[in-house]
Order: sequence, then structure tokens, then C-alpha cells
Amino acid sequence: MSTKKFIYLNRKAPYGTVYALESLEVVLIAAAFEQDVSLAFIDDGVYQIIKGQNTDGIGMKNFSKTYHALGDYDVNKIYVSAESLEERGLSVDDLMPLTYEDEDDDWAEKTSIKIISNVQLTKIMSEQDVCLSF
Amino acid sequence: MVNLGDWNKEIAVEMAQSDDIELSEEHWDVINFLRDYFEEYQIAPAVRVLTKAIGKQFGKEKGNSKYLYSLFPYGPGKQGCRFAGLPKPTGCI
Repeated sequence: MSTKKFIYLNRKAPYGTVYALESLEVVLIAAAFEQDVSLAFIDDGVYQIIKGQNTDGIGMKNFSKTYHALGDYDVNKIYVSAESLEERGLSVDDLMPLTYEDEDDDWAEKTSIKIISNVQLTKIMSEQDVCLSF
Repeated sequence: MVNLGDWNKEIAVEMAQSDDIELSEEHWDVINFLRDYFEEYQIAPAVRVLTKAIGKQFGKEKGNSKYLYSLFPYGPGKQGCRFAGLPKPTGCI
């Protein structure tokens, strides 16, 4: 099977619309088909991977645990916009620790999250075959 | 099955019997793994992920699709998840 470079841009808050959950599902499907998958979290999308999510009051499924499975699917390029974090008064410590095990380094656990500037993100997007925005 | 909470071991045995499978300890290793994975991540793992994880947990000789298909001839994802009372894995065809 041919492999393409996919990046999924996540720009919306996790609940209230179905975009975040739908994005996560297609990410897992693309990864199951062994594509080269990257994720970017921009704008309110950064709230999708924030720690301590609780949906008790809104009657929606809390799917935040599923982001921890991304490493198992070899999705280990998770870019987060530094500007978007800063605008919301957030830092990397407010995000869930998403990790993967590096097969080439004796299965050492490494972080998948990279905080990058919007300029760097533009460059990464230009290197992709497919760019999908949610 | 409609409700995840309705599952129990007898249901799994019953479902397997109607597929002409008698559940062995090896079957239960996979079924329990699938249920634990779902509990932790809220999804059933794709076959590729399952294969890798089974190999890591139960030994390399079991971490291949040939072994898993020998246990679940209709597919470890589709049939295994059905016995485990879980939805089909995301990306399962």
C-alpha cells in the first residue's frame, strides 16, 4: 500500500460540536492503514488534549482517554501551536502527557507532543500530501 | 449486544459456541486484553495494534496475525471484539 503524509488540523473545542471526535476517528482509521499521520492542535483545538477533562455535566462521552492510544497506532507527531497555548494562558504542563514507545530505541517512552510556532507549523503543513481541517 | 454492561463470560462462551469455537485460555487472554484496552482507551484496538501488544505481553510467538486468526478465524478484531462484547475496532473493514 502506498503511504501518504497526512496532517489533521484540529481547531475547535472538544465538546459542543462533533469535529474533535470525528477527527480522532479518521486519524485512527488512517493510522490503521499505516499512513504517515501528524496532528496539529491550533486555536481552541488545544483544549482537545487538555488534562482533567470531565463531561459529567454535559451528557457527552469523554473521549479524551482515546488520545493516549495514538502512540500504539504509531501516531507520534503531535504539534501544538505555541501561540494558541499562550493566548489561552496555557502551557505544555496543562496538556495530557501523550507518549509513544520508540521501537528503534529499546521501546523507550518518549513524548509525542511538540510545541511549535505557527511559522514552523506552516512549513510542516507545506510538506504534507494531504491536509485535513476539522 | 446493545449495552456494554450486559456482557458476561457466559455470553462469550455462548457466542463462541454458535461459531463452533470452544474458548481456551489463549482465547481468554485475547478477550481480556481487548476488554482492558477498551476500558483504558475507550476504543477497540486495530488488528495491527492488537498484534503488537499481544506479542509484547504474551510472547513473540503469539504476536502475529497467523496466531490470532487461528484463535479467531473470522478475524481477531471482528470476532474477538464480538465475544468480548465490544464494538468493532475503529478502521475495521
